Amino acid sequence: MQMQSDLLQEARRQAEICNACRYCEGYCSVFPALHAERAFSDGDLTQLANLCHNCRGCYYACQYTAPHEFELNLPQALANVRQESWEDLAFPQVAGRAFQKNGVAIAVVAVIGFAVLFWTAKSLGSEGGEGFYAVLSHNAMVAIFLPAFLFPLVSIAISLRRYLKRVDAEPLKPAHLVKALKQAAQMRNLKGGHGDGCNFEDEDRFTHARRMAHQAVMYGFLLCFTSTSVATVMHYVLDLPAPYGLFSLPKLLGLSGGLLLVLGCVELIRLKLRSDRALGAQGAFGAEIAFVGLLGFVGLSGLLLYALGQTAAMPLLLAVHLGAVLAFFLLTPFTKMAHGFYRLTALVVDAQR
Amino acid sequence: MSSIETPDIVVIGGGNAALCAAITAAEAGARVLILEAAPKPYRGGNSRHTRNFRCMHHGPLGPLVDSYTEDEYLADLLKVTGGKTHEGLARLAIRTSEDCLPWMEAHGVRFQPSLSGTLSLARTNAFFLGGGKGLVNAYYRTAEKLGVQVAYEAAVTHLELTDDRIDFIDYTQDGQTHRVAPKSVVVASGGFQADTDWLARAWGPAAKNFLIRGTPYNRGVVLADLLDQGVEQVGDPTQCHAVAIDGRAPKFDGGIVTRLDCVPFSIVVNKDAQRFYDEGEDVWPKRYAIWGRLVAAQPDQVGYVIIDAKSLNLFMPSVFPPIKADTLEELARKMDLPAEALVQTVAEFNAACGDTSTFHPTELDGVATTGLTPPKTNWARPITEPPFYGYSLRTGVTFTYLGLKVDERAQCAIGNRPVSNLWAAGETMAGSILGQGYLAGFGMTIGTVFGRIAGKEAAAHANAI
Ligand SMILES: Cc1cc2nc3c(=O)[nH]c(=O)nc-3n(C[C@H](O)[C@H](O)[C@H](O)COP(=O)(O)OP(=O)(O)OC[C@H]3O[C@@H](n4cnc5c(N)ncnc54)[C@H](O)[C@@H]3O)c2cc1C
Ligand code: SF4
Ligand code: SF4
Repeated sequence: MQMQSDLLQEARRQAEICNACRYCEGYCSVFPALHAERAFSDGDLTQLANLCHNCRGCYYACQYTAPHEFELNLPQALANVRQESWEDLAFPQVAGRAFQKNGVAIAVVAVIGFAVLFWTAKSLGSEGGEGFYAVLSHNAMVAIFLPAFLFPLVSIAISLRRYLKRVDAEPLKPAHLVKALKQAAQMRNLKGGHGDGCNFEDEDRFTHARRMAHQAVMYGFLLCFTSTSVATVMHYVLDLPAPYGLFSLPKLLGLSGGLLLVLGCVELIRLKLRSDRALGAQGAFGAEIAFVGLLGFVGLSGLLLYALGQTAAMPLLLAVHLGAVLAFFLLTPFTKMAHGFYRLTALVVDAQR
Repeated sequence: MSSIETPDIVVIGGGNAALCAAITAAEAGARVLILEAAPKPYRGGNSRHTRNFRCMHHGPLGPLVDSYTEDEYLADLLKVTGGKTHEGLARLAIRTSEDCLPWMEAHGVRFQPSLSGTLSLARTNAFFLGGGKGLVNAYYRTAEKLGVQVAYEAAVTHLELTDDRIDFIDYTQDGQTHRVAPKSVVVASGGFQADTDWLARAWGPAAKNFLIRGTPYNRGVVLADLLDQGVEQVGDPTQCHAVAIDGRAPKFDGGIVTRLDCVPFSIVVNKDAQRFYDEGEDVWPKRYAIWGRLVAAQPDQVGYVIIDAKSLNLFMPSVFPPIKADTLEELARKMDLPAEALVQTVAEFNAACGDTSTFHPTELDGVATTGLTPPKTNWARPITEPPFYGYSLRTGVTFTYLGLKVDERAQCAIGNRPVSNLWAAGETMAGSILGQGYLAGFGMTIGTVFGRIAGKEAAAHANAI
């Protein structure tokens, strides 16, 4: 499990310059952690990289960016190490390598997801149910989605264990987790230390656009997820199977979540297209766009399904939506989606400091 | 410059003083053009390398704790300048500094608590978030929003002075010469330290070996042009702020990271491996600024710091790793020093060290040598524990003091009369306040205070015509 040493070496070189300078100390959690060290092990750099959320404040404020010979570009140096760490720590590792930097591969999996769902719906059909279950029986859905849901959980758990080992973390305590969750919930660091936001869309101008978009995606996603969970409880525990009315809890959660998710993803893609690519991870741009696209598509197809659920388009839409969900779940440990888990873990480790 | 045919005001320079002047003038309704010699990535002169400014305050203010009164501030200043201070202008700068902090915030500058490793400044100096380049970026944004035009790579070559008035300004851009005739002119183009020929004329050929810590664009072209035409001068060309920095630093723009804080825990030798000054005379922040001159006086203007393993983690890390060796002979070879002489110098030093049990890295501990010349009067611990580490030292010039003499309205003078439409701010007039010496954070205070005054006066003049 040797990471590409030149990326680490470059991050180390830059971290040492920052440590002699310290002007960016107040921007984010990276700098106080960095300034606490004198030498940087691979594990230290991996932890610093996962604390960084690529707000770019420290790039535009740096007096040593190219054409200066010190060529500081800390956001990119850390993004490269971060990206590499996700590929490297993935379980199975080949999957991390295959998808983290490959937008086409992500798209292919999505299409395969659609195809599988079509095929299953067609060949298994349904033993007669209402609504969606008339297309694909509830049991068939569970048979497909339970493993597709459990696999990423197991995979990510393994990766996070590897992460904790690599960064030499202490045993976890609940207090650290609470602190980390608080920070994540507000995306405190995305405010840029001064509360003006980050430098994503227009060089050194600080805006909140990225934080807003990211919040929309995160909360949108969580609402959708809650909607599905509530529905599962209603189905199994309360014996209230779908379809649900517009004012039922799953629908309300799903609708608001879906809207947030779609809007957030559209805005994130817009921002990414405007941002300077030389400050992000090398070669990961396409895969990031593809991933955000897939996530947005999950939301969009879900919303369409709500809207057109009573029409003839429903079976097709259902297969497309479920196919996207399937692809999304399976890819979670190997795409940008994994960053949420790593980042939270990095915040927990930072709370130990 | 299609959009401004003739601006009301031209501000020469693109650093802190220039931006404060431009913003103030634009807010007073003037049409302002900034002529900045540097290309956009290097805009902001020495200001882009700064980290804080010194600020008087009564009670906590922004990031500053406690209070820092006018008298204490002035006393600190008089201490470092040895009395060579223009008290009236100094008091003006000090008094106005309190009002600067909220002004800076209102114009986009953000502050942060004093950086780790600089706790001693938490009361006196307000640190810019992201450092000086963050400050400069914020000011450019604000200025552009106010309609200030900025021309980059626009180097002013000449100001035409007729009687007591600047008639026009010549500058080059894109290989062409342009002429502009504004109503008012603010000079904020820094000192002349980047012109090593000029430094050499003042200092002798040794100056060719000096490194310039900040921008290569402060070559004193405007300063020389104005002084040649009889505009009042202050200070002399040999006065400059110079510190000892890592000898491997780039010729220009190495900035803060090339600073070395290890001298108090070391011995420093010249290229003949001989010691030449008490390395432990005082705590480092108080001695930092004399070592530039000490090194400048040595052969080839170079010094070598030698420490051993036990001192390696006692000081702030710097940009280049030290040269490392298991024996002193090997270290001497790696650093191009005469090995025998170095071994002997270290042996004599070690023999002169006494009881080190009261060694304390952050206080004057009195752990001194006996019978050694020059002595080391604090932190004198024998250099015995391998690996040994070395850094080379060179003189790094921060800025020069020779400048334009201004009054409390930042206005320049010729003979005993003011130049009716010429103001100066920042490093280029700092000599009007400080005759010698330097107090950390005062450069940005001078630039902010006098930049705002110059902008206000220049706009009042332009608006009155
Ligand atoms: C490494 C370093 C760290 C420092 N740290 C601090 C600190 O923390 N706090 C502090 O108070 N001071 C600090 N100083 C000193 C401080 O930088 C200066 O006092 C201050 O920046 C002066 O501001 P200024 O606007 O007068 O000059 P500058 O910021 O140097 O601006 C001069 C401008 O004039 C332009 N210019 C020059 N010639 C021409 C021409 N012919 N035509 C057009 N434009 C021209 C330059 O390109 C530049 O933009 C530091 C200096 C250095 C080198
Ligand atoms: S990014 Fe640049 S300005 Fe910020 S701490 Fe690092 S070296 Fe200093
Ligand atoms: S890009 Fe933002 S989060 Fe990352 S190190 Fe720089 S300031 Fe911190």
